[in-house]
Amino acid sequence: MRKIDCNAISEAVARLVIEANVFLPDDVLKALERGEREEESAVGKDIFRQIIKNNEIAASEGMPVCQDTGMAVIFVEIGNEVYIEGDLEKAINDGVRMGYRDGCLRKSIVNDPIKRVNTGDNTPAVIHYRFVRADHLKITVAPKGGGSENMSLVKMLKPADGKEGVRRLVLETVRAAGANPCPPIIVGIGLGGNFEKAALLAKEALLRPLDDRNPDPDIAAFEESLLEDINKLGIGPQGLGGRITALACKINTYPCHIASLPVGININCHVARHKSIEL
Amino acid sequence: MEIKTPLKDDVLERLRAGDRVFICGIIYTARDAAHARLFELLEKGEETPFPLEGQVIYYTGPAPAKAGWVIGSAGPTTSYRMDPYTPMLLKHGLKGMIGKGARSEEVKEAIRKYRAVYFAAVGGAAALISRSIKKAEIIAYPDLGTEAVRKIEVVNFPAIVINDIYGNDLYEEGVRAYQRLEF
Ligand code: SF4
Repeated sequence: MRKIDCNAISEAVARLVIEANVFLPDDVLKALERGEREEESAVGKDIFRQIIKNNEIAASEGMPVCQDTGMAVIFVEIGNEVYIEGDLEKAINDGVRMGYRDGCLRKSIVNDPIKRVNTGDNTPAVIHYRFVRADHLKITVAPKGGGSENMSLVKMLKPADGKEGVRRLVLETVRAAGANPCPPIIVGIGLGGNFEKAALLAKEALLRPLDDRNPDPDIAAFEESLLEDINKLGIGPQGLGGRITALACKINTYPCHIASLPVGININCHVARHKSIEL
Repeated sequence: MEIKTPLKDDVLERLRAGDRVFICGIIYTARDAAHARLFELLEKGEETPFPLEGQVIYYTGPAPAKAGWVIGSAGPTTSYRMDPYTPMLLKHGLKGMIGKGARSEEVKEAIRKYRAVYFAAVGGAAALISRSIKKAEIIAYPDLGTEAVRKIEVVNFPAIVINDIYGNDLYEEGVRAYQRLEF
């Protein structure tokens, strides 16, 4: 049993929320550079250039890439061989509070969906826990903006809808989203599980490296053909028309009920932030 | 093309969907919560905290400024959320809006009717855009935090015309030109 102190957890979370908001992952930066090369529309190319420039300014000035520094979505992997001394959830929220304050990140959380008073410190976070056989505590911070999150959905399709039904739903969702989620986007898809599992699978799909391949060859092929179709929609960078609407399309799957074909679609913008640490 | 605020008729007549512009002058920031309040004032026939005539509203909620800075990252937020309030503001003289994403039919109709322009800025390019903001001051609703109304002075704020007074819509035209899939 290894003991992990809650202060260390808070400090790690504070550092992660700042770094995630200021420095985009390398795979995202690479995908943007490739997009700039491959985009055919002149306006679209120019938008890629502005986005790349923006990311450089953010990194050099230590300021957030986007003003919407998101709701702090946090995945915690708890190894069976670690012992956490204190209140883990409080430690995480303390970290969010410190990070959003010290990093000059925007506070975008309201206390109640109807009354809507800003909590002033970007807490609470949305936290997902998973228990694993390991002697570490792994924390992944994935701040998620409202613009792209608002374009996401869960839909319970019929088994008879099959792959074609999923394809149509994805294309309809991306088309309806248009410029709203700040394309170029990343499309995370959760297939299977049940109602809430599909949404979580979709969100987890967004954490995958953009250049990885799904280990299931059928799903890998589906990801590729969906990305091709999405990029034929013509939405393009910022929805102004172009070849590159999405940088990647990732599908995560899970077994499901004989009666159901749950589909979660979580859209992410080009400000695809996530950062992890193992304690 | 460089344009100055407040927006005058000759400028509005010159602008066409697809034009890339650099905006200079005073603009005001307002997003969801501030729009709800402005709308309520106008409905009651009361005065708004800043004059709407000829003005431009930028849909943004900036990140906090670091010490010694004018403002933090400040990119556009999605505009459709302001749609329920927008025709009323246009009716009272608002001439320009900067945001991202398509507007409702009602808003597009009001843009034509009241002769105004909707611009898009690059969503997510918030650090880059903040460099064009030279001054910022909260002039209303400080209780709303990032959603407070700020009077900001911009120099060469980069934007692109989406909807002009002639009824053109760049989102529709741009996508049509590149669409290769019917389903
Ligand atoms: S969708 Fe993403 S890039 Fe666009 S404003 Fe929101 S967080 Fe920023």
